[in-house]
Amino acid sequence: MPDPQPTRPTKPSARPGGEPVEGRPSARASVALGVFGDSSPPIAKPSHTSGVRPRPATEGAVLVTGICGRLGKLLARELHRSDTVVGVDRRPFVGRPKDITHHEVDMRRKKMKDIFRGRNIRAVVHVGVLHDPRRSDRERHSWNIVAFQKLLEYMAQYEVPKLVVLSGANVYGPQSNNPQFLTEDAPLLGAQHFGGMRDLVELDMIAQSFFWKHPSTDTVILRPCHIVGRVRNAASNYLRLDRPVMIMGFDPMMQVVHEKDVVRAIQLALRPGVRGIFNIRGPGEMPLSHLVRQAGGRPRVLPSPLARLALDQLWRLRLSSFPSQELDHLRYVCMVDDARAREELGYEPTHSIDRALRDLRRVRYLV
Amino acid sequence: MPFAGWRRPRLLGDSPWRAALRSVGDRVVRIAEEVVGQDIDARIAGIRTHPNEVGHDPFGFDPETSRYALAMAGLLHRRYFRTQVFGIDRIPEGRVLIVANHSGQLPIDAVLIASALMLDANPPRFPRSMVETWTAELPFISKLYPRLGQVVGSPENARRLLRQDESLIVFPEGAKGISKTFDQRYQLTDFGLGFVRLALETNTPIVPVAVIGGEEQYPSIADFKPLAKLLRMPAFPIMPQMFFGMVAPLPTKYRLYFGEPFRFAGDPDDEDSAVEEKVWLVKSTIQSMVNRGLRERKGVFI
Repeated sequence: MPDPQPTRPTKPSARPGGEPVEGRPSARASVALGVFGDSSPPIAKPSHTSGVRPRPATEGAVLVTGICGRLGKLLARELHRSDTVVGVDRRPFVGRPKDITHHEVDMRRKKMKDIFRGRNIRAVVHVGVLHDPRRSDRERHSWNIVAFQKLLEYMAQYEVPKLVVLSGANVYGPQSNNPQFLTEDAPLLGAQHFGGMRDLVELDMIAQSFFWKHPSTDTVILRPCHIVGRVRNAASNYLRLDRPVMIMGFDPMMQVVHEKDVVRAIQLALRPGVRGIFNIRGPGEMPLSHLVRQAGGRPRVLPSPLARLALDQLWRLRLSSFPSQELDHLRYVCMVDDARAREELGYEPTHSIDRALRDLRRVRYLV
Repeated sequence: MPFAGWRRPRLLGDSPWRAALRSVGDRVVRIAEEVVGQDIDARIAGIRTHPNEVGHDPFGFDPETSRYALAMAGLLHRRYFRTQVFGIDRIPEGRVLIVANHSGQLPIDAVLIASALMLDANPPRFPRSMVETWTAELPFISKLYPRLGQVVGSPENARRLLRQDESLIVFPEGAKGISKTFDQRYQLTDFGLGFVRLALETNTPIVPVAVIGGEEQYPSIADFKPLAKLLRMPAFPIMPQMFFGMVAPLPTKYRLYFGEPFRFAGDPDDEDSAVEEKVWLVKSTIQSMVNRGLRERKGVFI
């Protein structure tokens, strides 16, 4: 689709009661920071193109929330070849392909509704989940839960036939009594020892209840294991360290999956008729110590209480962005079984662990 | 190396500590090979496991660590406890549940059954056993057990292992059985029902095993319950040999009797009463094998 120049803000008559979309300075400019802690300066002028007429009902666009995160961008680059992509994020989309429409809005704003109203949305991919542990509980909750609920409200109202939510295997939580491979019906105990996980578990639960409440929408919840690659999440940042901490006497088996495999899984989940919860696993699992060494790090082995104490101090001094509760991931297994994704989704990881770790090293981790 | 794709991770050989440890381990393996009269590495190479795409066992089994463990276990098996093994050829091909009586305060019976499967069975069978979940919280133990092929006891894990045709050692008596006091020696306590349900679900033969000799290794005269509760242990046995400074188990002679396999058919979700019948059959078979073994033996140490 050729990108129409942002000419003038249109105010279609087909929007009863709709507030002006354009020409208003972003009220959220002060909070328009990155979802993944990206601190690029917010720009006040919305960059999205307007004047786009709603497409005919046969096509429909894919709405991607959190499109400016690394995974969102990657997904957008894959999707825009075959689909019309509409992005929603608080951040500006740097390097946006011309045929992607980007709305720089906060998902909690009413403007979200206009996006749904203005065009035919075929599917919503919710990647815009705030994981940053430095943010306050309140902001995380308001972003992950309130905004998500709003999104679901609009989806129900405009009868969007597909929802893909990117949850994660972390919602199961690392526990000493976990079976080696967790299936999709395992309880979500991720918040049991780590309060920061609470809203991610809740988000997963909300998506599950939406699945039951709106059977006309094909809801897909993806729970990938640790995503690594160029993304900036806890797992990747941990493996980027030269001397990552390991807990003395513990060496759990770990799974990692390349970001592009996750993107592929999302694409597969977007096919019509696919619904349900799917665990996504990478190509094989290996002990943490092997993984760290293969990533080029040398483990610094500390006893558990010492590691906790040290990490708490580093956290306080803002020298580390790992909350000490996350150390449980270095002690207990939290691995998933992807049999259902293989059978029903046709998912197969294609990027090797070596490749994932190579890609990971291309990005530096700065605290 | 046992696995086709298995690689020793980089930088592992760098530390002088590890190198020293490895040379000690190699010496132990060589001594054990002389005593046992078998090639330990060949036995480990002979087992069938199911490595994943990157050549690791999904449950964490590590052949490098296991060869040292098997060497130690082989020394215990052949020298210290002088184990006699009967009927090991009764273990059928493919998936199997090995059900035994539990005894002796420390799970040495599991070690010896595992050594029998590795050293006496032909071809060697890789024994997996289910361990208590709280062992995963203990440092070092939680690292060691998975490397030896031990798996945290959960029905999902057991099902997965049996579906990939592995052999599983189960002690249905659990902690109650192992911490029996001396007056209850060789009297089987209540069996759990889970193992029969598992066998029905996965269509697995059950091989009953009677272990003789375990009860006398650490005779316990009483169970000091308050202290056990305080230390969160299943039991705190009072063992007279400890008062004489003997920490090691008494060198009793172990006898392992493998019975004819049971092949049950039925609904795994049947009522308890229907499953209990099958459990009772296994339990009474093991009890009678134990009784016969006790009658046949001439002494505890010979």
